[in-house]
Amino acid sequence: MLYFSKWKAFAILAVSAIICLMAVPSLLSPSAYDSLPHVLQRKIVLGLDLQGGSYIVLQVDAQSVRKIRLEHLRDDARRILRDAKIGYTGLAIQGDTVQVRIRDGQDVDAALTQLRGLAQPLGGAMSTSGQLDTDVSRDGNTISLSPTAAGIQSRTIQAVSQSIEIIRKRIDQLGTTEPSIQRQGADRIQVQVPGLQDPSRLKALLGQTAQLSFRLVDNTMSAQQALQGRPPAGTDVLYSQDNPPVPYLIEQRVLVAGEDLTDAQPSFDPTTREPVVTFRFNTNGARRFAEATQANVGRPFAIILDNHVISAPVIREPIMGGSGQISGNFTVQQANDLAILLRAGALPVPLQVVEERTVGPGLGADSIRAGLIASIVGAALVALFMVATYGLFGVIANIAVAINVGMIFGVLAMLGATLTLPGIAGVVLTVGIAVDSNVLIYERIREEARAGRSAISAIDAGFSRALATILDSNITTFIAAAVLFYVGSGPVRGFAITFGIGIITTVFTAFTLTRLMVALWVRWQRPQRVPI
Amino acid sequence: MRLLRIVPDDTNFDFIRFRRISFPISALLSIVALVAFFTLGLNFGIDFKGGTLLEVRYANNTLNISDVRSRLESLDLGEVQIQEIGSDGEVLIRVAQQPGGEQAQQAVVGKVRAALGDGVEYRRVEVVGPRVSQELLSYGIVGLMMAVFCILVYLWFRFEWQFALGASIANFHDIVLTIGFMAIFQIDFDLTSVAALLTILGYSLNDTIVIYDRIREMLRRYKKMPTEELLNASINSTLSRSVITHVTVTLALLALVLFGGRAIHSFSVTMMFGVVLVGTYTSIFIASPLLIYLGVSTRAMAEKAEKEAKSANAKAERLAP
Repeated sequence: MLYFSKWKAFAILAVSAIICLMAVPSLLSPSAYDSLPHVLQRKIVLGLDLQGGSYIVLQVDAQSVRKIRLEHLRDDARRILRDAKIGYTGLAIQGDTVQVRIRDGQDVDAALTQLRGLAQPLGGAMSTSGQLDTDVSRDGNTISLSPTAAGIQSRTIQAVSQSIEIIRKRIDQLGTTEPSIQRQGADRIQVQVPGLQDPSRLKALLGQTAQLSFRLVDNTMSAQQALQGRPPAGTDVLYSQDNPPVPYLIEQRVLVAGEDLTDAQPSFDPTTREPVVTFRFNTNGARRFAEATQANVGRPFAIILDNHVISAPVIREPIMGGSGQISGNFTVQQANDLAILLRAGALPVPLQVVEERTVGPGLGADSIRAGLIASIVGAALVALFMVATYGLFGVIANIAVAINVGMIFGVLAMLGATLTLPGIAGVVLTVGIAVDSNVLIYERIREEARAGRSAISAIDAGFSRALATILDSNITTFIAAAVLFYVGSGPVRGFAITFGIGIITTVFTAFTLTRLMVALWVRWQRPQRVPI
Repeated sequence: MRLLRIVPDDTNFDFIRFRRISFPISALLSIVALVAFFTLGLNFGIDFKGGTLLEVRYANNTLNISDVRSRLESLDLGEVQIQEIGSDGEVLIRVAQQPGGEQAQQAVVGKVRAALGDGVEYRRVEVVGPRVSQELLSYGIVGLMMAVFCILVYLWFRFEWQFALGASIANFHDIVLTIGFMAIFQIDFDLTSVAALLTILGYSLNDTIVIYDRIREMLRRYKKMPTEELLNASINSTLSRSVITHVTVTLALLALVLFGGRAIHSFSVTMMFGVVLVGTYTSIFIASPLLIYLGVSTRAMAEKAEKEAKSANAKAERLAP
């Protein structure tokens, strides 16, 4: 146990040194870090609880996915039946299905064949699963179309992917450093933005669907009359965001939608000096907007964002240039954010914030300080106690533990792992537990010496017997850490990471470094008596 | 320099006989813990209960706690807890989960911000909706059960089943006592508490295994020694290690409790109780004496070894007639 070949000793020292050195880039200033070669650019990320920032989990609302899918099915069914010239009545959404009654019994089979075409195989046309996203069934003259659970699920997953792209575009515009946007499970998106002072702006940017449309205002009756009676077919009553909200009677038909925008920028109206958003349409949008404005000069049209009327100006002259501006009593920031939303595009479905955790920069700095003090005090107390108990061997244990901690940070940096406050607690705890492996070895050596062995033989036997125990006892602790990593999230996961890595490095240093140092000492001193 | 020696060499305490006292004590404490758990209940944090938590600071002694209270009460948000923490003008505000789904929780922060006005530093804001809090709770429970199961399987592979069972009973006892402790002192039970419980589990086992390892070694070496004596000798020979290790872990935890900050305070306190008080006690006074009741004895081991040798012989005969 106490013999090391030169090569083996060198390998142990080299591995330990390299792993410790991996932690160095994390300590460098940002400019020095950037000048490192690319392979060395790996560092420990501070968790949001330490550097301050926002952690937000958004969820795609399965109910809206279903609703949107049902509306599409209804519209598609209408189009198909009209194109096939099949007479029908009562095409409508009933709960979770779209139902339609075919007028003529002879047409039912033809209608069924046509409508079956709406059901798409899951996973695209190349899929072999044979599952469809829609069930089409008939009962007498009534045909029902209902989205299958698997179909809704695959659409939800799609919606999440699309939303992630759009959210990324929106957040990139905020100019914060290193935001992280990830899928979480089937229907969630996890957003982490470090170092943001005011998360309410972030939430406002994430929470809006940003569905923009230009529609005509119906002036066959006033909005008040429509509210009291029945709004004419094909119109809705929508409200402005004023206080109190003003109702408008708006046609459902969309002149031009947000998809047709190519650019949107905040600026100021040259005459009123009011913040506005200027936009440009693509060719298609420009043509349609020109046609619509030409045909409706003198009528008001409305600019609608997520079912709210932003403004309803009167068309004074045809707008042919394909660009325009939106004004709506914005503040500079509101104009800015609206431009961001319009540039990034609309979310395919509304998202809900289901979890939010924000730590201000003040608390983060306090936590770093607290973690640092606790680490220093904890390490100092343990080190003093070890020296008091084991003398020179205590010093050896302390060196091993110090290298052990260096290696924990080295591995964290290599993995690009996140260090949180519980993570720091994990390191402190590892210091307490890492010395345990030394205690096990030393106590065993003492026992063997008491049993009458010579110093060298006792040390040798102490190591070989204690190492088996060290392995056994650390594996159980490691299992607990692994489970914690698996079920935990955020800061708790940070604890599992440092604790788990700490267990591995502890076993490594016990098997190699401590043994090497004791072996060197034995060779140098040739002890007659165990010094502990 | 004279070295510190906490435990003298060659101690010979009769830990096994002490089970006549330690077992009833543990039974009593477990009952107290369970009663506390079922009557007082755990003080669930927002991770598991849902709701909103805000930590705000009023700079330069501008904090007027009754003013904060009246402003927040006028919002009519149901149960609102307001607690002054530290002496730096910091206030912890907890708002219970609102009826009306995810959106309603989000509105709370806006309302509180509006009510408190400007000149307040928002140090921490956490909002956990009803869906997430339920998931986190089930994750926590599943995690604990999974850990116990994995460890049990490992022990069963590595040791005789008696040892695996003994360690599990001891562990269960640790968890019950720690949960009881959390119920009695109404310590915040959140995700970090689950982390603390799992660490206590891993650590207490670590300790138990060190002693079990020694028992197993002694069982192989001293086939004639009476079982009680053998168990005592095992515990006594590892006693110095147990004590020294617990001193170092206590020192590390003490640093965390005193200086680690409020964010991990409940974590550190729970660990201190679970690892230092319960863990040590359990591995010495519960886990090892339990083995007697589970049928670990020098005679049984000798018989088993004999049987294995016989079947090995028989196998060898079959293979080479």
